[in-house]
Amino acid sequence: MDFQDNQNLIDNKEEKLLEPAVIAHQVVPQPPTPVISELILEVKNLTVSFGEENVVDNLSFSLKKGENVAIMGPNGAGKTVLLKALLGILPYQGEIKWSENAKISYVPQKILPEKNLPLSVEEFFRMKKAGKEQAKEALASVGITDEKFLKKMIGTISSGQLQRVLVAWGLVGNPNVLFFDEPTAGIDIGGEETIFNLLNKIEKERNLSIILVTHDMSVVYGFADSVLCLNKKLICYGPPSEALGSEGLKKLYGEGVTFYKHEH
Amino acid sequence: MNTSYFISLITAMFIGGAAGYVGSLMATKKMSLVGDVLSHIALPGIGLGLLYGINISLGALASLVLGIMLIWILSLRTELSMESLVGVVFVLSLAVGFLITPEEELLHSLFGDISAVAMPDAVAAVFISVVVFIAARMIYSKMMLAYVSEDLALASGVKINKYNLIYLFLIAAVVAFGIKVGGTLLTSAMIIVPAAVARNVSRNMRQYSLLSIMIGIASAVGGFAVFPFLAERFGLSVVAIGPVIILASIAFFTVSLIFKNNK
Repeated sequence: MDFQDNQNLIDNKEEKLLEPAVIAHQVVPQPPTPVISELILEVKNLTVSFGEENVVDNLSFSLKKGENVAIMGPNGAGKTVLLKALLGILPYQGEIKWSENAKISYVPQKILPEKNLPLSVEEFFRMKKAGKEQAKEALASVGITDEKFLKKMIGTISSGQLQRVLVAWGLVGNPNVLFFDEPTAGIDIGGEETIFNLLNKIEKERNLSIILVTHDMSVVYGFADSVLCLNKKLICYGPPSEALGSEGLKKLYGEGVTFYKHEH
Repeated sequence: MNTSYFISLITAMFIGGAAGYVGSLMATKKMSLVGDVLSHIALPGIGLGLLYGINISLGALASLVLGIMLIWILSLRTELSMESLVGVVFVLSLAVGFLITPEEELLHSLFGDISAVAMPDAVAAVFISVVVFIAARMIYSKMMLAYVSEDLALASGVKINKYNLIYLFLIAAVVAFGIKVGGTLLTSAMIIVPAAVARNVSRNMRQYSLLSIMIGIASAVGGFAVFPFLAERFGLSVVAIGPVIILASIAFFTVSLIFKNNK
């Protein structure tokens, strides 16, 4: 008797054991595996108003874990307001329910530190309780590996570098949901390309949900699993190719826009 | 040179250090004039203290706390900026302060009177300075984050309104207990100038906050060191020590401008 035979015996046993289970499965269908459809966010009847005006009006949607969502809409459509309400920094009516294990982080649209602001990059990270090593690690994931960078004054680095620093700052503490408010805003074209690649890289490496506000169609098609079009009310929601048919766009931006689709 | 002189010196050093430190947080554009103007809100309290024989520091503190609450409530209720609200409360305080403060005491309220600093005042000032320093240290990095980006701070769970209020109270405490040494003018100078000096030459937050404290203390020491000579030469009264300390801090500021150009 050698090893091989033993193995066969074990295999046979397993097969026999499996059989009743298979039959049972046919009789009583199992519910779909919970991992795939696990919701990380549920929004019901969300309304945010400034004075009389409803900037976000009766919005309902939900997000699955690991899903990347692009929020788009014309200027003044309430995109940033929605983002801030989801972050809990604006008062709202309705219901915003994050799952218990959701760990949210936020990358703001733009900050404009003065040139002589006495604050080093390292100290900026320390504000989020990140030590030197953590700061280095976070910066490395956005492509900054220069040791001396930590000592630089935050007001003296370029806007592209600042955007990277903000992304890195958002990654400290290993969030599983990352909010980006117009990550491409204010960066030159060369930088825009890298921020977009960066999003893809981060998303793959860290397995997190990215929710971003963007105007950029190529970002929407290339990156988002679903798109949420907003113009105070929810206009469309779904995978980009379905949600952004010419009908959806017409509803979102008005009659003028009938055709705009990137084919990659 | 007498005991009173040294008691005043030590008081001025502690107040100068604490004022420099809280002042460094005022680097924020929105707040820079608030602290200066705030110190004058103490005037009606000083006046009442003098009239009724209450400790003027306590009178000043009461009037500052009232003024701050008023500003804070108005800022939450109206759309007006902090500066304009502080401005309104400031002129109100000034007017009331001048009306009720006995005329011969007005100069002392503005410029201080070191001969009036007794041991209990000094002990209180030192104690308050230490408390203010510790409290400011606790909120320092959160205030700085709010300055860099309010959204980022809010999203990180920083209650900006709450910290602003705490911060205003810290300034009130420094002003109230610094008044006997240098009057309202000196304390407001100690809040503004050291931070400006530090900002000119610092490259990070640690240097900046440390330098603000040190310049605050050094100005007090410098002012007290130079004063006897100036007093002898020009026949100055003790009231002038506050202005001399301010001039010392301005001397540091001038030096910092030279270094700034070489940065």
